Amino acid sequence: MSTQSAEQFTQPTDDDILRVEHISKRYGAVTALVDVSLRLERGEVLGLIGDNGAGKSTLIKIICGFQQATSGRMVLNGEEVTFSSVTQARAAGIDVVYQDLALINQLTVYHNMFLNREPVRWPLLRNKLMRQEAQKALDSMGIKTLKSVDQEVASLSGGQRQAIAVARSVFSDSKVLLLDEPLAAMGVKEGAMILDLVRQVKQRGISVIIIAHNYGQVLEVCDRVNLLQGGRITYDKYAKDTSVEELTNMVVAEYRKALEERQRAAS
Amino acid sequence: MLIAVIVFVYFALTVPEFVSHGSFVNIAEYMGPYVIIGIGLVLVMVCGEIDLSVGFVWTLSPFIMHFFIDSGFPTLLAIVVSVLVCSLIGLLNGVVTTIFGVPSLITTLAVGYVVFGYTLTISHAQQINLPAQSVGVGRWFGAEAWSEIIWASVLVLLFHVLLRRTRWGLYTVSVGGNLLGAREAGIKVNGIKIGNFMMCSSLGALAGILEAFKNDIIDPSAGQLAVVLTGIAGAVIGGTAMLGGVGTMIGMWFGMLVLGELQDGFNLKGISAYTYLIIEGAAIIVFMIINTYLSKLRGSGRLVGTSSSRSTPRRKAARAID
Repeated sequence: MSTQSAEQFTQPTDDDILRVEHISKRYGAVTALVDVSLRLERGEVLGLIGDNGAGKSTLIKIICGFQQATSGRMVLNGEEVTFSSVTQARAAGIDVVYQDLALINQLTVYHNMFLNREPVRWPLLRNKLMRQEAQKALDSMGIKTLKSVDQEVASLSGGQRQAIAVARSVFSDSKVLLLDEPLAAMGVKEGAMILDLVRQVKQRGISVIIIAHNYGQVLEVCDRVNLLQGGRITYDKYAKDTSVEELTNMVVAEYRKALEERQRAAS
Repeated sequence: MLIAVIVFVYFALTVPEFVSHGSFVNIAEYMGPYVIIGIGLVLVMVCGEIDLSVGFVWTLSPFIMHFFIDSGFPTLLAIVVSVLVCSLIGLLNGVVTTIFGVPSLITTLAVGYVVFGYTLTISHAQQINLPAQSVGVGRWFGAEAWSEIIWASVLVLLFHVLLRRTRWGLYTVSVGGNLLGAREAGIKVNGIKIGNFMMCSSLGALAGILEAFKNDIIDPSAGQLAVVLTGIAGAVIGGTAMLGGVGTMIGMWFGMLVLGELQDGFNLKGISAYTYLIIEGAAIIVFMIINTYLSKLRGSGRLVGTSSSRSTPRRKAARAID
């Protein structure tokens, strides 16, 4: 691609846990992703930024098997993989926490943490075991804001819900965790709690891709940043080599350019 | 439960005959079939759908049983086969609703008409007598006074366990509580819905057969939409939400008990059937207001010291409503 000048992109390493290569996604006439290539180093936190509609969520959904790419391939741990379902991707070690968290309000915290992988002594659920294991998992991740794992998710705060959703993925032994806007609509305190949680996840050796809009928070927690613009990745730098100003300028520049083009077309 | 007790005490104090064997049999016979379709309706409603066709399955199933007995099947086998055949109606409901995306209110209304039309066609809209050889087995299936409520109550307990203690139940709540979330978690949401529609139709079929034995006649004017609506009313009084995700079998049982008590009590009081409808409608609204108010109270109460308790707030609320 002509836009991919070498200085704007980091070099692949032998230790990339996940590589997404030349992925495109079209919905009928609409093209959501154009030849996107992205790599995730083992144990790193990668920030995926870009304006609304840039294709971030689509990319995440393809990686986690919820949707399938129109073309392109994925390499996990050196082996090419294709996922036709979320369950398959999860079995391979890729898990996702969606923006809507996929929590069931009417169920308890521990049922949510075990959703779709409940231990069963046929035909009954092993509720006691789930309750203990869920409590243990939350304790080990330092999530202490819950009164009880018996609480219904409906009674939790936004931060608590996010923490449960993240804990659920960690707890299921995933190797790659995708977080779709975990910081959206969080207060300052809750945001800090989630960032702590992401660091915890990283310490456990899990590689993370995190979608976020707040570049300050992104740089605080991420090792590397990719920018997605109009369905293409246009920027890929280590966090230490960039700054909030640079990231903001990149996005604003895109907006300006689009505006100028529109004005030129109008005149 | 609270409401059931209040209604009981009210009638016990105002109508002397209310506390008598005959009156209890009345309530039990009234409740039986409604509890059975209520189970199916709770399943379908908890996963966020509705089934209006179940009352027409109720109408159809004894005719199917009659057909199989005529074809030489022993009665018991004929009952089982009819129930299984009727589950295919649920399959149709489920497939049209999930795969073709038609709202279940419409799907099941349409399927209900088809089923009813078919029933009228094969029966020529005529009542028929039960086959003579089925009478013995029939005593176990509705003819004997308490048999229906025993079937109903055993089924309630079984399905209570299904809904509260198994994966199927957990997924049913998940699908009704957060459809997209359940799908994202990898739950096969269409399968869950279709399965619940099938169970609902099967239960409707069983209720229809029990009613035929109880009334000693197979009647093409039995069942229909009226029983579905009563079934829904009982389920809702018992704490089942129309929007999905919430509902209990035990609560539904007590909801039906309330309706049974009302029916029996007003009957004994000598209130005419016309006036009774007015009172029943008003009573349902009053109970629902009380329920809504009570669960709001629980909702705010859960903020205080629930952590030591093993039971969830919702379960407690449900228990209070029972």
